[in-house]
Amino acid sequence: MGMRHRISPRVLEKVAFGGLWVAAGVVVVPVFGVIAYMLVKGFGALRLDMFAVSTEGLLPAIVGSSALVLLTGLIAAPLGVAAAVYLTEYAHEGRLVRLIRLAIVNLAGVPSVVYGLFGLALFVMLLGFGRCLLAGACTLALLVLPLVISTSEEALRQVPHHLRQASWALGATRWQTIRRIVLPNAFPGIITGLILSIGRAAGETAPILFTAAFYSLTHPFPRSVFDEILVLPYQLFVMATEAPDVTLEEKWATAFVLVALVVGLNIAAIVLRARLRKARRW
Amino acid sequence: MSEDATRPWAQDERDEAPKGEVIARPPGEIRMEARELDMYYGDFQALQKVDIAIPGQQITALIGPSGCGKSSFLRSLNRMNDTIEGTRIEGLVQLDGEDIYAKGVDVVELRKRVGMVFQTPNPFPMSIYDNIAYGPRLHGVTDRERLDETVERSLRQAALWDEVKDKLRQSAVGISGGQQQRLCIARVLAVEPEVLLMDEPCSSLDPTATFRIEELMLELMDEYTIVIVTHNMYQASRVSQYTGFFMLGELLEYGPTTRIFENPLDSRTDDYVRGRFG
Amino acid sequence: MLRSRQAFDGQLMQLHQRLLQMGSFVEAMLEKSMRALSEQDVNLAREVISADDVADAMDLDIERHCMELLALQQPMSKDLRLIGTVMKVIADVERIGDYSVDIARTAIKLAGREYFKPLVDISRMGEIVGVMLRRALQALVGNDLEIVAEVIERDDEVDKMWYSLLDEIEVIIQERPETVPQAVSLLLVARYLERVADHTVNIAERVAYMVTGHFETLAPSHRSDYRLPDDNTTD
Repeated sequence: MGMRHRISPRVLEKVAFGGLWVAAGVVVVPVFGVIAYMLVKGFGALRLDMFAVSTEGLLPAIVGSSALVLLTGLIAAPLGVAAAVYLTEYAHEGRLVRLIRLAIVNLAGVPSVVYGLFGLALFVMLLGFGRCLLAGACTLALLVLPLVISTSEEALRQVPHHLRQASWALGATRWQTIRRIVLPNAFPGIITGLILSIGRAAGETAPILFTAAFYSLTHPFPRSVFDEILVLPYQLFVMATEAPDVTLEEKWATAFVLVALVVGLNIAAIVLRARLRKARRW
Repeated sequence: MSEDATRPWAQDERDEAPKGEVIARPPGEIRMEARELDMYYGDFQALQKVDIAIPGQQITALIGPSGCGKSSFLRSLNRMNDTIEGTRIEGLVQLDGEDIYAKGVDVVELRKRVGMVFQTPNPFPMSIYDNIAYGPRLHGVTDRERLDETVERSLRQAALWDEVKDKLRQSAVGISGGQQQRLCIARVLAVEPEVLLMDEPCSSLDPTATFRIEELMLELMDEYTIVIVTHNMYQASRVSQYTGFFMLGELLEYGPTTRIFENPLDSRTDDYVRGRFG
Repeated sequence: MLRSRQAFDGQLMQLHQRLLQMGSFVEAMLEKSMRALSEQDVNLAREVISADDVADAMDLDIERHCMELLALQQPMSKDLRLIGTVMKVIADVERIGDYSVDIARTAIKLAGREYFKPLVDISRMGEIVGVMLRRALQALVGNDLEIVAEVIERDDEVDKMWYSLLDEIEVIIQERPETVPQAVSLLLVARYLERVADHTVNIAERVAYMVTGHFETLAPSHRSDYRLPDDNTTD
């Protein structure tokens, strides 16, 4: 055969697949590697009394993070979903819409420290909330808003157009169709997006640095939204850099808890989406 | 074909509806009518000066090659074109003598009176019962008994009741394609329309399911005015009383179905029905 | 045009051709049978009688082809009318063939004895009818409506000839009773020719339908309100 100088397609295929596996590995291995490393390094310090109610205990921080993330979700969700609904269902393609989309994309690229400063200026100082849970949540909400909007938009777009047409043809208004057909069917996707956004918010340090968090405290749990809170990322930051009597093990253990929280949220999102998807088929 | 008075056979004594008119006006009650209808998608003109009168309680078929405008025309009858960006119409479309594009017309009410069934069956991902009840609930009906009655009546009208009466709570997506399409028809019937628009309702169905839908159309004809767009002219010849032939946005010929298929007046219609266009 | 439709057009042309072939064949049968009669040629007469089998086979063959096209091609409009026309016309043509056979048999029966009078009028009738048939077939070839009108006029002439022949023979057999057997046979031949003329008119009417799409009873004699020239009865 006169094909001696060319590589056979079968070999090429094996090489390509091999390359793709390596690429996947490069992504996946470090993730597990880091988690495993943290676990190993902090194992000694992972004790139940880590969750004690003291400045070294993590419980206040966990509670604080949870409250923060929940409030962020409560603020970002209605705003983000409403914006997504407007963009997909009502807006006419035109300069205004293009401008809005441009703004959203750019918002997503703003460094989180800038959000922190912005939050400081607007919520803490101008609006007078002071450093507190509310200010932190508002700032984080702004941060995750682009993510909520784009995942919601994606979920809304996934609803087949012919369902809307069927609804309109029966005499439904746009809003009736959105409320009865589009939103219920986009629900799994929207929720998944929300959980992912919350997961992201949970891990952010810079925005809450200026707006909500502090390290030592007189009362461990916030009594109102206007109280300051302890949060995991900041806890970790301080422990890593300033706290004098914290062991290396304890630092790794805290890091592990934080990562476990975020990973846990993401896994919950995936599982929830899979369950909800199975319950509805087009 | 010009009328030549010296030929004895040009004197037709049969009393057929307007003979010799390329665009006929059916005798009897006219439910919907278009006059000098132009339609644009942006700059593209999809319909040119369409004049057509749709007779009541009959089946009118619209045929023509792909892209000829027949579906666009159908959608202009219940203003579904409004949902597509950039569409514009000029001219008149009337339902029972009233302009449906006039200012202040309630489009929701219009779509109740003029219902539509689409090419691919599109049941909502909910139970069969909820699908049928969707329309009435939209328009404010909440009484359980009334809904039950409406669901049964509509499913019976669509010749589907016997097949699904024991699984009303099951998802509508689980039934066969032909059944889904009948479900969509029942769903439209539940809002008690006067006119039924069908856009190639059988094109995604197998021949048996197609024949059942055609049966159904012939049954529904007594109560409803039906307009069907079909790319299958044999279907048009089987079910319709009046047929219109569209090409490149123009209605070239419109008349009794027997005339269109036995002896059309326009040579382009003739070429089309004989399959001479590629 | 689509290839399948081109093939279909080919089939339609073929059908048309075969109809014309059958028509010409039967035209020849008619002409020969009349010649056999006037020349008292028994062999020629026998030729005509055996030719009928061929004509019948053509009839069946063409009909089968038509049914096949109807079933498989779903023809519409002009195409449908063509096929419908062909199916009806072959029936008329086949009957003309049968009448030619009847004339041939009469020729055999009357052969051997001299005719009581020269067959001037019958021969003339035979000629006219032969021309009518030829013209009807030409109308079929050319989709020509002018010829159709012509055929219909000739039919009137043939009818008149039939009636005058009838009168003439009535007189002759009263005067010379010994001529009765021959006279009766010749009267029958005239009757056959008149029937052939009617079938020719049918063919012409079918051509008109095929071309215009309107079915008409064009020949006056085919209409129920037609009255014979000397008809004294009232209805």
